[in-house]
Amino acid sequence: MSLSVEDPASAGSEPERPSIIGGSTRFVPGQSHDRITVVNGKVQLGQRLKDLWTNRDLLILLTRTELKVKYKESVLGYVWSMLNPALVLGIYYMIFKVISRTPQPHFAIWLFCGLLVWNLFNNAAMGSTGVVVGKAGIIKKVAFPRELLALSTVGVALVLFVIQLCVLVVFLVGFQLTPDWKALALLPLAFVALVVFTSAVSIFLSAVNVYLRDTQHLTEVLLMAWFWATPIVYPYGQVADHLAKYHLTWIYLANPIAPIAMSFQRAIYGQTSYVSAKNNPAHVSTPLLPTASLDKYAIILAVVLVVSMGLFLLSLIAFGRLEGNFAEEL
Amino acid sequence: MSTAIEVRDICKQFRLYNEKHTSLKERVIHGGKMPYTPFWALRDVSVDIMQGETFGILGRNGCGKSTLLKCVAGILKPTSGEIRVRGSLAAMLELGAGFQPDLSGRDNIFLNGSLLGLPRAEIEKRFDDIVAFAELEEFIDNQVKFYSSGMYVRLGFAVAVNVEPDVLLVDEVLAVGDANFQRKCLDHVKRFQREGRTIVVVSHATEVIRQNCKRVMVMNHGKVITVDDPGEGIRVFLADLLGVGTLEGSESGGIKGNVFAIGTVQAEHGGSGNRMHLYPGESLTVTADLDSLAAVPNAMATIAIHDDANELVFASDPDDSMCAIDVPEGGGIVRFFFPEVPLLDGTYSVSVGVRSATDTAIYDWKDQVTKFEVANPGRSTGRVRLPLDVSFRLRSTGTTGEVPVVGAAFGPLAGWEESTA
Repeated sequence: MSLSVEDPASAGSEPERPSIIGGSTRFVPGQSHDRITVVNGKVQLGQRLKDLWTNRDLLILLTRTELKVKYKESVLGYVWSMLNPALVLGIYYMIFKVISRTPQPHFAIWLFCGLLVWNLFNNAAMGSTGVVVGKAGIIKKVAFPRELLALSTVGVALVLFVIQLCVLVVFLVGFQLTPDWKALALLPLAFVALVVFTSAVSIFLSAVNVYLRDTQHLTEVLLMAWFWATPIVYPYGQVADHLAKYHLTWIYLANPIAPIAMSFQRAIYGQTSYVSAKNNPAHVSTPLLPTASLDKYAIILAVVLVVSMGLFLLSLIAFGRLEGNFAEEL
Repeated sequence: MSTAIEVRDICKQFRLYNEKHTSLKERVIHGGKMPYTPFWALRDVSVDIMQGETFGILGRNGCGKSTLLKCVAGILKPTSGEIRVRGSLAAMLELGAGFQPDLSGRDNIFLNGSLLGLPRAEIEKRFDDIVAFAELEEFIDNQVKFYSSGMYVRLGFAVAVNVEPDVLLVDEVLAVGDANFQRKCLDHVKRFQREGRTIVVVSHATEVIRQNCKRVMVMNHGKVITVDDPGEGIRVFLADLLGVGTLEGSESGGIKGNVFAIGTVQAEHGGSGNRMHLYPGESLTVTADLDSLAAVPNAMATIAIHDDANELVFASDPDDSMCAIDVPEGGGIVRFFFPEVPLLDGTYSVSVGVRSATDTAIYDWKDQVTKFEVANPGRSTGRVRLPLDVSFRLRSTGTTGEVPVVGAAFGPLAGWEESTA
């Protein structure tokens, strides 16, 4: 049986295209076929880096999405986001300034410099552990560079970083404390190193948490230890001698956050030591930071940046290997 | 014509864990060992899907068809082998696209469109069309978590088709939504076909494949069984894979505390060859062994046929004198002969009974005692192959009579001019 009677009205004319929604792109076969997507079991590091770059718009959108879900894009929402860091700052200030009576001047600014660095790292790392699992719905349905999910938590942390930085500037003006203008040149380098290192850690943690779901809780504890192993609340100058005595200086400084935090303190807080007026008849100065030249700071930061870039590539490889079964594991 | 999708020796192994340890704690407790059984969801699958082709993948649940689709979409990575996809690709997998439940429909359209690779400006341009297509004007600013499953799927499909991909992968989603939405989806699929886009449809519903696809790949246990035109592919699928189409016989325990019993019932098709299914229009013979300890005069043999949804397709007229049989002592064989079975695809079960012609007594009734399978090699769909004759004539009321025109041989415009002149 063959049924091939056509409607006379349309048979002679061009085949009609009803209900073209959108309608802007008329499909031309072969036109967009220059793009070839290859799916195989390999990691394809170069392709990954390229995909990350071409999808940077998506990264911004994912970050905005994340912010929208968290803070509903309202001013009060962002004020709320400052509550936690403000409380942390307040608590440490209370303990060290009011209870332990540290004689360090402008202790709040000192704390803020370190916490600024730490909060960026901490927020991104904590957020990234749950992000792949939390976005299971998307991962199971759409193919896209999934590292972007981890990077979007870095993006969120960056937005909060900028807000905190603004608050810090207000603090500086309020306390009438001038940063070390020359040392401020260190900040861009320190900042880039921080972002690259944070991204590497976030990408790695986001993938591992899919397979080991308690990574989230372990990370929490590890981050607490890491925090106290970094000179944020206490100055490096206070531990330097002890570290040198036990030959631990390099192990201590192998923590990339330490030199980054110290650079921030060096630049914004501006002082490498202070002379306490209390119980200090000989006017002995208390060291806060290494008195090394800014060049030396810069060299150390450059080393941190290079190492962080290496870690970033390694984390991409690890992510690529673990990613293959995400859709099944989630 | 170039290939749109090249699948080369794809293997995909899943690990079936007896007990899955998803935390470090559990791994440490169990010494890091996780015994698993390797399961090959795909084994050396190779296929070329041509550009502009609508390609069906047919198979039972768990045959690997969805896994293959996910590999093509790049959602799963194959264990070995390589897939090359030319052009942009959008996938509609199972229930809708990946949405963020906390976001509004509006935000999800932007997110999903971006994930599918559409620039923001382009999404803004198509936004209203997407919303209109999904019929979600009122709810577009509500959070997606409050959507019904139908709304969710409609939105997913609306985004996917509006991305205007070169290659569209569809997994069992054409069956969602109400009739109106289904029609819209099919319109879109048809438009994509006309425009020369490549569509891959995965289904275990033979009708969807038969109606839409140019070629079909049949899969079983992760392997390709055949790549063929839909009629033949579906036949292979039904005959070889479902294991149906066996014109099976049934054993019966003979007489049980009764004087009369129906024994073995068998169905045979009248066609040639030893295939296990019959084609539409072939004859069917059902034979039933009757065992009787006494002579049973005035008996009536009845037969009923049910489809796989247990709907009655046919039951013989209980008062038809043709069905009257006289069973002597010792019994015999009753034979039902259907000269032509006009049924289309499906599995049909046969029930046989013998009852009294004079009162309502039922001597024996074997409910759905045997089955037969019909496999349709053509492309017509539905339940019954109705006899059909198509002809065409011009509207001229002239007396020259009807001019039957077959196929594309007729010239409609010329005909219209003539008739209006």
